Amino acid sequence: MQQANEVTGKAAIELNHVSYSDEGLDIIKDVSGFLPEGKITTFVGPSGAGKTTIFRLLNGLISPINGDIHLFGEDIQTIEPTTLRRTVGIALQDATMLRGSVYKNLAMPKTLQNQELEKEDAEHLLIQVGLDASFLNRDIADLSGGQRQKVSIARTLVNRPKVLLLDEITSSLDRVSTSDIEHLIQHINQEFAVTIAWITHNLEQALHIGDYTWVMMNGELIESGNTDVLKNPADPRVQQFIKGDWQ
Amino acid sequence: MSFLSLGLSLIFVLIPLILSKTLHLGLGKDTFIATIRSIIQLIAVGYVLTFVFESGSYLFIILMVALMIGAATHNAQKKGASIKGIIWKLILTFIFIEILTQSILLGFQITPPTAQYIIPISGMVVGNSMVLSILFLNRFTAEIQTQKKETELLLSLGGTPKQAIHLPLIHSIKASLIPTIESQKTIGLVQLPGMMSGQIIAGADPIQAVQFQLLILFLLLTTAAVTSIMLGFLSYPTLFNERMQMLKIKTEEEE
Repeated sequence: MQQANEVTGKAAIELNHVSYSDEGLDIIKDVSGFLPEGKITTFVGPSGAGKTTIFRLLNGLISPINGDIHLFGEDIQTIEPTTLRRTVGIALQDATMLRGSVYKNLAMPKTLQNQELEKEDAEHLLIQVGLDASFLNRDIADLSGGQRQKVSIARTLVNRPKVLLLDEITSSLDRVSTSDIEHLIQHINQEFAVTIAWITHNLEQALHIGDYTWVMMNGELIESGNTDVLKNPADPRVQQFIKGDWQ
Repeated sequence: MSFLSLGLSLIFVLIPLILSKTLHLGLGKDTFIATIRSIIQLIAVGYVLTFVFESGSYLFIILMVALMIGAATHNAQKKGASIKGIIWKLILTFIFIEILTQSILLGFQITPPTAQYIIPISGMVVGNSMVLSILFLNRFTAEIQTQKKETELLLSLGGTPKQAIHLPLIHSIKASLIPTIESQKTIGLVQLPGMMSGQIIAGADPIQAVQFQLLILFLLLTTAAVTSIMLGFLSYPTLFNERMQMLKIKTEEEE
């Protein structure tokens, strides 16, 4: 791995020689790197590069075959899984929803802790992600893909995670909605010092929203560093990818 | 019934055999094997039962029940092969249900403690429990697959495995109980239950036969509910590891 620019600051998450394989297939190959605390790190790379798998490892849905991951200096294998998952929130691209109302979905993180989500808090969250408060009682089945993605982001915020993993959350949003979400995430990042990791296929988005970036290919971390890495990559494969001719 | 009459009843086997042959259904061999097997198995059971009844020994009763549980486990475990330790979970469920029902029946002196009662009732209880297990395991393994994303979502939000699997588990328990409850709603209207019919044919008072049939029906309700709930709660923890991660389960097609 090459580091074009030195990344400064403390690491919120650090990976040391992390590998993961599934059914004999190597998906993550000896990845070492970190997410700087309080910054937005974008993850770019072609499909199948292992970006989502890294997120699943960080949220503790799967564990590495080799290597270790540290969250604020603590090995995540030693952190109680439910605590880990509430601290490292994840919003996935497919925005899986539970059958029922928008409120039921938003309240789920609280319900799982036998707590209730105040109606006003739920409405506030909806407004934050750019949905009208009247959506609260709407049935999930009546929502568009973009609206579901917004609900999914709002739901992840309920746990007030310290690290937020966002997997292509703007992929089915129009330009205005995308911009709204970008502003929201920047606001959460700055206001609450939440560390953000954001997978995006949109290099423009990576450039203007990210402080740092990871470029992944074939399960490897090829380059990481300040987002400028994307403007002037050292690795020929990354150069090809950025030019858009990566196969 | 004389052996001549029983011999004549083979006409009812000949009819499907002729139909299968004429219409090329290809069921002749299976029908033939099924007939031979049922004749041998039932006659053997008849002799075994006569022996057990005459001996009056509880050891033989326990052996008979153990045999039933063994056969039921063997049959049901195929449907739950993807669940770790399914054989022991099934054995435990069948033993529990047998002890529970017999304790109530014998404890409250609802039925006398003789082989004539214990064995046939055990057969019905364990048999029904086996069918329920198969229904439950079939549904549960399918539900886990179809609701995998929802289960993982709940885990990712900080839910425990029990919370994450709650819906598939409850759906499967409910779905496996529906046939028992539904069939009890129409019982007697469409068909007379086998045991009751047998007693009536054997010359018993129909009211007496109905009383026994009702006892069995109520017993089967308990059997059904306890079987799927117990099996469900024994099974779901094996789907997760100690890090509360969902383990991959092999579906039947993959095996």
